Amino acid sequence: MRPGWLDRIWPLLPVLAALAFTSVLLLLFKASPVVAFSAMLEGAFGSSERILNVIAFWIPLLLCAAGLLITFQAGLWNIGIEGQIILGSIGATWVALSLELAAPLQITLEILAAMAGGALWAGIAGWLKTRGGVHEIFGGLALNNLAIILTNYLISGPWQPPEGGSFRGTVPFGEHALLPLFDGSRFSPLALILAGTAFSIVMIALRNSTWGLKLKALGRNSRSAFLLGVSSNREAVLAMMFCGALAGLGGAVRVLSWFDSLRQSISGGIGYLALLVVMLAAYRVLWVPFVAFFFSAVLNGAIVLQLRTQLHSSLGDILTGVMVLFVLLLGDPIRLRGLRRAKDDG
Amino acid sequence: MRVELQNIRKHFGEVRANDDISLIFEPGKIYGLLGENGAGKSTLMKILSGFQKPDGGKIILDGKARRFDSPADALAAGVGMLYQEPLDMPPFLVLENYLLGQRRGFAVNARQAAKDLRELGKKYGFDIQPEEHIRDLSLGERQQLELLRLLAGGAQLLILDEPTTGISTEQKVLLFDSMRKLAKDEGKTLILVSHKLDEVQDLCSQVFVLRKGKLVGEAKLPCPNELLVNLMFEKLPPRRERASREQKQVALELKDAVVATPRLELQPLNLTVYAGEVFGLAGLEGSGQEILLKACAGLLPIRSGSMQLGHQPLDQLDYHAARAGGISYMAAGRVEEGLVAGLTLTEHMALVDQEAGFFVDWAGSRARTKERVQHFQVVGTSESTVEQLSGGNQQRFLFAMLPSSLKLILLEHPTRGLDIRSTDWIWQQLDERRKDGTAILFISADLDEVVERSDRIAVFSGGRMSRVVDAAKTNAEELGHLIGGEQ
Repeated sequence: MRPGWLDRIWPLLPVLAALAFTSVLLLLFKASPVVAFSAMLEGAFGSSERILNVIAFWIPLLLCAAGLLITFQAGLWNIGIEGQIILGSIGATWVALSLELAAPLQITLEILAAMAGGALWAGIAGWLKTRGGVHEIFGGLALNNLAIILTNYLISGPWQPPEGGSFRGTVPFGEHALLPLFDGSRFSPLALILAGTAFSIVMIALRNSTWGLKLKALGRNSRSAFLLGVSSNREAVLAMMFCGALAGLGGAVRVLSWFDSLRQSISGGIGYLALLVVMLAAYRVLWVPFVAFFFSAVLNGAIVLQLRTQLHSSLGDILTGVMVLFVLLLGDPIRLRGLRRAKDDG
Repeated sequence: MRVELQNIRKHFGEVRANDDISLIFEPGKIYGLLGENGAGKSTLMKILSGFQKPDGGKIILDGKARRFDSPADALAAGVGMLYQEPLDMPPFLVLENYLLGQRRGFAVNARQAAKDLRELGKKYGFDIQPEEHIRDLSLGERQQLELLRLLAGGAQLLILDEPTTGISTEQKVLLFDSMRKLAKDEGKTLILVSHKLDEVQDLCSQVFVLRKGKLVGEAKLPCPNELLVNLMFEKLPPRRERASREQKQVALELKDAVVATPRLELQPLNLTVYAGEVFGLAGLEGSGQEILLKACAGLLPIRSGSMQLGHQPLDQLDYHAARAGGISYMAAGRVEEGLVAGLTLTEHMALVDQEAGFFVDWAGSRARTKERVQHFQVVGTSESTVEQLSGGNQQRFLFAMLPSSLKLILLEHPTRGLDIRSTDWIWQQLDERRKDGTAILFISADLDEVVERSDRIAVFSGGRMSRVVDAAKTNAEELGHLIGGEQ
C-alpha cells in the first residue's frame, strides 16, 4: 500500500500541535512566544559553535535511536538503554584510565570496551526476559539504577581523583585517549562517521537482512514467528545486545568528546530522549536522523533561552515532552489507517 | 428459581449458534444439556449467565423478564455459571478471590469472610483453606472455590460447563454429591452441560439435546444411551470409496507416552500412524487431542514413554528440530499461530526460505511467492499482507509455505470456517501428500469430516484416547458412544 498524505506529513502534526500548545502556555505566563522561540532558534543556530554543539549532542542521540529501531522492530521496549549508555561510558573510561597506548589503538580499544559494556547490560535485560520472564521494561529500569549506582561507586571509590572524592567525576583523560575534536568544539568528526556507519548498518539490516525480517516477524507476532521457524529467544537477546552496543558507543562519545571524563549522570537522559525520538518518527527509519536533530536543536536552544530571557531552559523539555504526548494522543499513522479500514469494512 | 428461556436467537455472521431455542428449568432439579461441538450449548449458557447478549428472545426468572449486561449482573439476579476454566486469579489468595466480585461495601471484614468461607466449604464437604494461593490448588479445588463464590453471591441457578474434565475421581464424587444436595435440600436449579452420557444419566432427571443451534429433543432420565446418541448426532453421509493404503511403514509411533499441561494430563498414549495414512482425531474440544498434536510437534514435552518418527526417537525434541526433521504443524488460529499480520506474502516466503543467507533474496522470494500463489490458487498478490486474505486463502497460503518433502503433517481443524470449495481443495492437497508417504494426523470438530477423510480414527474424551476404529467400518453411533466417554 502506498503511503498517503497523512503518512508523509505525519511528524509535522505533533510538532505543530506542540508548538501551539507551548505558545498558549507561554501566553498564560505573560511571555511572548515569538521572543521565546526566536531565542531558542538563536541558541541552536546563532553561531558556528552553537551549531557544532547541536551536532555533537545529536551524534549519541542518533546512535541510541538507531539501536532502538532494532529493538522496536523486534517488539521490545528497551527502556534500559540509559543503563547501556552508562555502561558504555564506564567501559570506555576503564580503558582510558588503565591503558596508555598510541591514540588510534587507544581509541579503538575504548570504543570496543564501550560497545561490549552496553551489549552486556542489554544482554542481561534480554536474558532476564527470555529466561526469567522479567519484562524488559522492569529489568531495564532496574539495570538503569544499578548502572547509576555503579558510576557513583566508581567515581567516589576506585576511580576518584587524587584530590579526593567529590562525587563529581574522574580526572580528565589524556589527549591521546580523547576523540579528536573539531576546532576546539565538542564535535568529533570521527564520532559522526561512526554514527553514520552505524545508522547505515541498521538501515540495511532492517531492509535487506534475513535477521531484520526475523525481527519484524517477531515484533508483530512472536508466536507465529516461532512456529515459522524463528528462534524467538535468541533473536530477542541478539536485538537487545545490538542496541546495547550502539548505546555503549553513544556512551563512549559522551565521555570521550562531549565531556572528557566519567561523571555523574553521564548519559544526560539521552536514552529516554532516543525512545521519544523513535516514537515521534513513528518507527520510520529515515525520519529518525531528522527528528533526533530537531530534538538536539530544541534542547540546546533552550539553554540559551534561559540566559537570554527569564524563561527556564526546561521549556525545551516541555516542548519535546508535549510533542511526544501528542504523538501518543494522535496515535501513529499505521493505526489510524487501520481504524479507517476497519470502519470501511464494518 | 424457575428459569424460562423464550425464543433465544444468536447469530455469528452466517452461523446460527442459537436458533429460536425455548426451554424451561424448574427449581429443585438437575438438568442435562447435551450436544456435540458447535451445537450451541455454550452460547446458550453464556447468554443465560450474562456473558453474551442474545440477538433476540427473553430470559424470564421466576416470572420476571431480565436483561443482563455482565456476568456480575446475572449473579446479582441469581444466575451463576461455573466455567470449564474457573474464572479465578492465580496470584491471589483463596480468600481474596472469594471476596472478589461480591457486591458488598467498601470495607472488607477479612476475618469474618474467612470464617464464612470455611463454614460454607464444610457444609458441602470441601476442604478450603482461605490463606492458600490459587496457583497451588488443583483444578478441582479451584472449581470448588468458584462454586462457593457463586453460592455466596446468591446464585439460585447454577450452570456447570463440563465440570468433570480434568478433575480427580474423588473430586467428581464430591462435586456430584454437593450438586444433589443443592438441588434436593436447597431447591436450587442446576444445569449440567456435558457430553459424558454416563454422568448425565447418573445425575440429571431430565435432558435437553441441541444440534446445530436448535433444540432437537428432550428426555426424562434415565433412558437408553442410544436414544441420546441418535438425538445428538445426525446420520453420517455415505463415505466415498477411496484408494486403500499399501504402505505399511510406520511414520509415527507413541508408546506409553505421557503428556500433560497444567490443565489436563493425558492417559498414557499408544498410537501408531503409518506412512501415507490419514489419521483423524475426534472428540469434544479440550478433551486432549490438541495436547497430543502439540506433543508430536515438539511444542509440549513427553514426560515418560517414547515417541518415534520412523526409526528415529523424538522424546526430547524441540519444535524447531521437529520442523527440520520433516514434521509440520498447522495450528487452528491461522493469523494467531502461523501467519504474521502486517507481513506480506513475499516476506513470509523469505522468512521460511531454508537457504537464506545474511541478506534476503527479495527477487527470488518474490518470484517463488508469485509461482506458489498461482499454483495454490491464493487470491492475493505477492505484496498483499496476510490479514488482507480471506480465511480460505490464508489456509491455502499456509499450505503453499510447506516444505516439499515431509514425513508428518499435524493439522488442527484444517478446514474450520472454510467453504466447501476450499475444504475440498485442501483435502486434495493432503491426498497428494499421502502419495509421497507423508502421514497426516488431524483434529476436527466436524465428525463428518473425520469419518469422510480419515483412514483410521481415535476419539478423545476427558484426556483419554479411545480404541482406534477403522473409518470405513464405523458409524455415527459408535463414535457418539466413544465421544460420550464409553469404551
